[in-house]
Amino acid sequence: MTNIAQRAGEVRKADGIVLRFAGDSGDGMQLTGDRFTSASALFGNDLATLPEFPAEIRAPAGTLAGVSSFQVHISDHDITTPGDAPTVLVAMNPAALKSDLPLLQPGGTVIVNSDAFNERNLSKAGYESDPLTDGTLDGYTVVTAPMTDLTKRACQDLGVKPRDAERSKNFFALGLVSWLYSRPVEPTVDWIDGKFAGRDTVIAANKAAFAAGHAFGETAELGASRLMVAPAALDPGTYTNINGNTALSWGLIAASQLAGIPLFLGSYPITPASDILHELARHKNFGVRTLQAEDEIAAVGAALGAAYGGHIGVTTTSGPGMALKAETVGLAVSLELPLVVIDIQRGGPSTGLPTKTEAADLLMAMYGRHGEAPLPIVSAQSPSDCFFAAIEAVRIAVEHRTPVILMSDGYLANSSEPWRIPDVEQLGSINIEFASRPNHVNDDGEAVFWPFRRDERLVRPWAIPGTPDLMHRIGGIEKEDGSGNISYEPDNHQAMVRLRAERIALIAHHIPPVEVIGDPDADVAVVGWGSTWGAITGARRRLEAAGHRLAHIHLRHLNPLPANLGELLSSFERVVVPEMNMGQLCRMLRAEYLVDAKSVTKVSGQPFTAAELAEAFYREIETVGAAR
Amino acid sequence: MTDVPVTTRKDWATDQEVRWCPGCGDYSILTAMQLLMPEMGVRREDTVFVSGIGCAARFPYYMNTYGLHAIHGRSPAVATGLAMARGDLHVWVVGGDGDMMSIGGNHLIHALRRNVNLNILLFNNQIYGLTKGQYSPTSERGKVTKSTPHGSVEQPFNAVSLALGAEASFVARTHDMDRGHMQEMFRRAHNHPGAAFVEVYQNCNVFNDGAFAALTKRDARDSMLIDLKHGEPVRFGSDGEFGVVIEEGRARVVTVADVGVDALVVHDETDPDPSVAYSLSRLANTNDVPTPVGVFRAVDRSEYGSAVTSQIAASQAKAGPGDLHKLLHSRPTWQVA
Repeated sequence: MTNIAQRAGEVRKADGIVLRFAGDSGDGMQLTGDRFTSASALFGNDLATLPEFPAEIRAPAGTLAGVSSFQVHISDHDITTPGDAPTVLVAMNPAALKSDLPLLQPGGTVIVNSDAFNERNLSKAGYESDPLTDGTLDGYTVVTAPMTDLTKRACQDLGVKPRDAERSKNFFALGLVSWLYSRPVEPTVDWIDGKFAGRDTVIAANKAAFAAGHAFGETAELGASRLMVAPAALDPGTYTNINGNTALSWGLIAASQLAGIPLFLGSYPITPASDILHELARHKNFGVRTLQAEDEIAAVGAALGAAYGGHIGVTTTSGPGMALKAETVGLAVSLELPLVVIDIQRGGPSTGLPTKTEAADLLMAMYGRHGEAPLPIVSAQSPSDCFFAAIEAVRIAVEHRTPVILMSDGYLANSSEPWRIPDVEQLGSINIEFASRPNHVNDDGEAVFWPFRRDERLVRPWAIPGTPDLMHRIGGIEKEDGSGNISYEPDNHQAMVRLRAERIALIAHHIPPVEVIGDPDADVAVVGWGSTWGAITGARRRLEAAGHRLAHIHLRHLNPLPANLGELLSSFERVVVPEMNMGQLCRMLRAEYLVDAKSVTKVSGQPFTAAELAEAFYREIETVGAAR
Repeated sequence: MTDVPVTTRKDWATDQEVRWCPGCGDYSILTAMQLLMPEMGVRREDTVFVSGIGCAARFPYYMNTYGLHAIHGRSPAVATGLAMARGDLHVWVVGGDGDMMSIGGNHLIHALRRNVNLNILLFNNQIYGLTKGQYSPTSERGKVTKSTPHGSVEQPFNAVSLALGAEASFVARTHDMDRGHMQEMFRRAHNHPGAAFVEVYQNCNVFNDGAFAALTKRDARDSMLIDLKHGEPVRFGSDGEFGVVIEEGRARVVTVADVGVDALVVHDETDPDPSVAYSLSRLANTNDVPTPVGVFRAVDRSEYGSAVTSQIAASQAKAGPGDLHKLLHSRPTWQVA
């Protein structure tokens, strides 16, 4: 980074950079990062993002609590994480520098808005002296720009009030980094036109600030810091940049199209799940019905009511909402009706860390209902994979007439990556069979409908209101298998509890066997689920590059577990289970397979980095090797 | 509706043994409903009864229609989803005062506010029956029960006042001793587009026997029930000797001879302003004073499910039916060769 021995105008090439935008909550850092990401995506880089923001909409300005950051990793090759540590930090104020400088790689680049480094802001951030001059930044490449002042000047002839002009300083920063990292300008300019259409002075101010930032790079002789990350050689196809919540929403719409029945979402606003409600509410032309319910319980209740009526009933929430929905999910287990419950996990317990990620709801998904109430659990492994996970959750729910819990998390929800858009013709189908005729003959010869008469998969018929001759009553009271009549008989309850368990277990025959990624003959196998896929993959590639062998098994289905998993695990010397909780899957695997799995945990509200996991896996590889 | 098959009460009854206590007021409500249904011009398969938990909530098991016995308090929420998804169905919601006014109070008021196309029947017996006799949110102050051995110190809900306060577009009250009146209220509820709320005073002969006897026993009705009739002066008594006036926004019972017929309030159930209906509901907060029954309010308001369906239709007219390929390409894209 500090090598300046190069010809003027020549841009050095890098295989990737990790850029972190940090500023006050009101500084527009999420938007700035998002724009940089979009421009990089259109340029053809592979990328992964990590937005991080406080739970407060506007924490006190200038304080550490109010710092909002957006990290993006852009690369000329296939990557799976937002990077171990930023190589470039854009700090819009002292608080942002103070909070995020410890994350920066040694020798990295710091770009600061020097205008914000006044006494008041320094003191709010807890700096006793100015870090720009007191040696704090020794060893880093520092680019200082008076962003506020230059933005105001760029806007002074546009009829924009100075105070309003100041708000555009994030576009100055974006212009500067766009120049430094050779990003195309047009996508951002076009985007400004569209986003602020009808607000001409805002458009003018943002464009002026963007251009001023770009020009600042050219004129301030920052050429030595310029870097170019070439497009990545991804598989051929059409790509779009997508985050987890959008992909998940589209997956639900796709599932509705594949099944040929309408989608119904009951939801109550909660971070980080609300964006699914927002996205689905936009797509009414797909026949999607969205209900912003009065509470979490009503949201799942309405979804179940819609499912009873023959729609795909879905409810979206995060941990606290999962707790509230538990009783209704239990009812769905008892009714044997399709229902998709989506948990965008966040740090808990209780309100916990609403805007930070965690994956500690697995055992709640497994067991968090009263009585014996088993249900299938599906999880998504990357932002774009949320699309396919949603389709799979709906498929299992409607084909097997059961509530399904789909697990995502705050990291997947907000993080984005390039997605090769699938051919809609290749998405497969979802089989919907509504019962249409009586299925049983009474002792007196009368043809009747038995709501709990099961097929060979132990699945009961889905008979929706409006169907002649199939009127029936169902409820949460224990019912007689077959007829569905209320039954308190001891033997019947025992049989029904076993049937409900067995029919969920049988789904293992209707899901694909799990496959090993990496070396199936390695000593150490890593078993992961959910968003750890990216960091595990990054770690595996590093170890492989260093000549080590590692097997990676990633679980789409957490209940029932894939039929071949037990045998597969028994073939490894050591099984390691990294999780963003205190070892929940590890506990399940130990209980299910009597395998001496080792847990690697992280519950800091942040995803694992590839470096952390590579180190953890390396220790296991070494231990097994030494024991040999 | 000419193609709806002719049915009798028997067609609307299931083969399940009715398991309410002998003498329970629920029997007469069930009979009223089973006898009414053949007259309504609807198909059994298009009719759904949804309930929560409680004695009243067993109702769906006895109606030979589609039926969903859900969980405590949640029936208005479950029914909201069903009615939103399936505007072609006639959805009835049945529950007691604990189910709908206590644990499910939130769902009830929001279903009423949204004006979801539901017929909501509140069987109000002012007691928890299925859990064997605790006071309920409609039990009177001072009520001695197992859970209030020293008498309840809580202010009860007036269900009609609550429904009116929740912006319900249709609010009525009836009682289990008058089949004809019940049927008339149920029929009106069925014909009302949107959420129709009917409170049924219902006797629990085991845990709260005679709670409404002062109002509903045959020889008391004339002087104790104020039968609201749209467009007519509010008047009651065996010879119509009593009436109701509205003074400074408050309803008051008067003797007609004292004030003259012209002074009586003329009932207007279609008044968009619920104030007078609310005043009428305040006449009786205890069961020992003249109590209005009948339709308090029946106003036209956009029905929720239809409004949602209209937005879908408008969106499809504007953007065309959903095209998945187009959706997946709706954000900026780039090609990798």
